[in-house]
Amino acid sequence: MTDTKTPSSRRSGAGRVLIAVYVVLALAATGRSFYQLVSKFDQAPLAYSLSALAAVVYVVATIALIARGPIWYRIAQITIGFELAGVLIVGALSLLLPSLFAHPTVWSFFGMGYLFIPLVMPIIGLRWLRKHPENQAV
Amino acid sequence: MIDWFTALQIGVAVTGGILAIALGLMGRRPSDLTMAFAGVVALLLIVQLAVTISGPLTGNEPTGSLFEFYIYLISAIFLPVGAGFWALIDRSRWSTVILGVAQLAVAVMLYRMGQIWFIQGV
Repeated sequence: MTDTKTPSSRRSGAGRVLIAVYVVLALAATGRSFYQLVSKFDQAPLAYSLSALAAVVYVVATIALIARGPIWYRIAQITIGFELAGVLIVGALSLLLPSLFAHPTVWSFFGMGYLFIPLVMPIIGLRWLRKHPENQAV
Repeated sequence: MIDWFTALQIGVAVTGGILAIALGLMGRRPSDLTMAFAGVVALLLIVQLAVTISGPLTGNEPTGSLFEFYIYLISAIFLPVGAGFWALIDRSRWSTVILGVAQLAVAVMLYRMGQIWFIQGV
């Protein structure tokens, strides 16, 4: 039975919704960052570089959530933890140093431009990963 | 972009999105109803693509960046289509929730597209 192999996989049940939301976030961050890099990078190189970095991290986190194995599980934890740090640090900096960071990126103002989803998702994601550890039996 | 058409699209996407999330959380598998809403949202986005291509040719110019607009539009088309295929493959209630999440994401993107077209450059 396949159920005994992966009793509570991070890819099952509500985990699929988590993955779907990450796909949307990765798509949104990549699309926006692509536009910023191509058309107005010189206006705020620091903020838009961070925007691109955020997009890459979202893509890697999405892949890590889908892929199997303990290494991908670890990568998912690291990338999602990095997102949480990113949204908190860049969110704070966008308030403290608006000239450098108050540009529309996925992380500025704690993800306000994205309905605070970038702030909420990593918390939900990390909780989900902790409740659904990778099966160590293999 | 046509203002009433955008409002219609957002209305359908929000309705379909909330309906699918509610039905999904109630434990329903993807049904004809929830799939149809995602299909209509995708169809309306294809019409929007045609409207966007023909608009500037007939004097309906965006105030903002047409390039940014297209990035949103092309990404938005993938969402209901992708969620629909997902629902066909994975017949669980979570696929219904995902159908809803995709449609709500489309609604937000349409709102943002409206801003780019009508407000950004004013």
